[in-house]
Amino acid sequence: MTAETHRDDLASKTGMWLFLFTEMLLFGGLFVVYAVYRYRNATAFHLAASELSVFVGTVNTIILLISSATIAMSITAIQLKNKKLALLLLTLTLLLGMAFLVNKYFEWGHHITEHIYPGSAVLALRGQGDILFYGLYFFMTGLHALHIIIGLAFIGVVGIKIVRGKIASDNYVLLENSGLYWHLVDLIWIFLFPLFYLIT
Amino acid sequence: MEEEKAHIVPYRTFLIVLAGLIALTLISVAVTQIALGTFTIGMALLIATIKSSFVLGIFMHLKFENKLYTVVVIAVIVLIASVIIITLMDYIYR
Repeated sequence: MTAETHRDDLASKTGMWLFLFTEMLLFGGLFVVYAVYRYRNATAFHLAASELSVFVGTVNTIILLISSATIAMSITAIQLKNKKLALLLLTLTLLLGMAFLVNKYFEWGHHITEHIYPGSAVLALRGQGDILFYGLYFFMTGLHALHIIIGLAFIGVVGIKIVRGKIASDNYVLLENSGLYWHLVDLIWIFLFPLFYLIT
Repeated sequence: MEEEKAHIVPYRTFLIVLAGLIALTLISVAVTQIALGTFTIGMALLIATIKSSFVLGIFMHLKFENKLYTVVVIAVIVLIASVIIITLMDYIYR
């Protein structure tokens, strides 16, 4: 008997995918709610959506896409035993994820200073459609931002494990799983972006 | 248990896909700035779907993995799409 722990990379990855399927269904349910409310309040959704900054939304989309590419490349780097490059690419991913959150902070801050947030008296005066639009906007982008924060923490842990040599070219399934999680967060944003910012 | 050979995707592939994804994002922004009504929604969602297939296929390695993952991903997407379509039909033809 050795002290070596039992490993099953295929099982780890399949487990991660199973979790991602539940995440897809979680956001899928919210998209159903969005579709119905949008259908019933077409004009209000149209007007409210045009108040969001397409520019900030586009910048954030590109930031997330680049961060997805950097974490995907860090897997290639670790497979090619290039630990330094893998860490550099992960650091880039972390910085890009934080940049996304900073943009989101200013975006939300802007809405809140204009008294647009769930439960606000100003928003209540604007009618049912606007209340529903901003309710969904804050909830869905908020839940997405929470996923970004969890993803950043996950990637941070993976980075530390790479520094300590716990993740290397012969054992990198945790890096792959953190990548999968990060890509899912990107995937959800790919749909949130047109639904809230573009379709006006 | 590392019996199956790991597929190494070259850096260049990821960079090409990234460039494509950014281009598609800019196209979807440009298209939706022109008011085309229902067509706009369709275009934006079509582009989003194309972008997701690249993220799933290349970034998430689905193209190089066991086909079972792809089958379940498609099943989940079909399930969500069906629920949205059936629910909307209920509201539209009520």
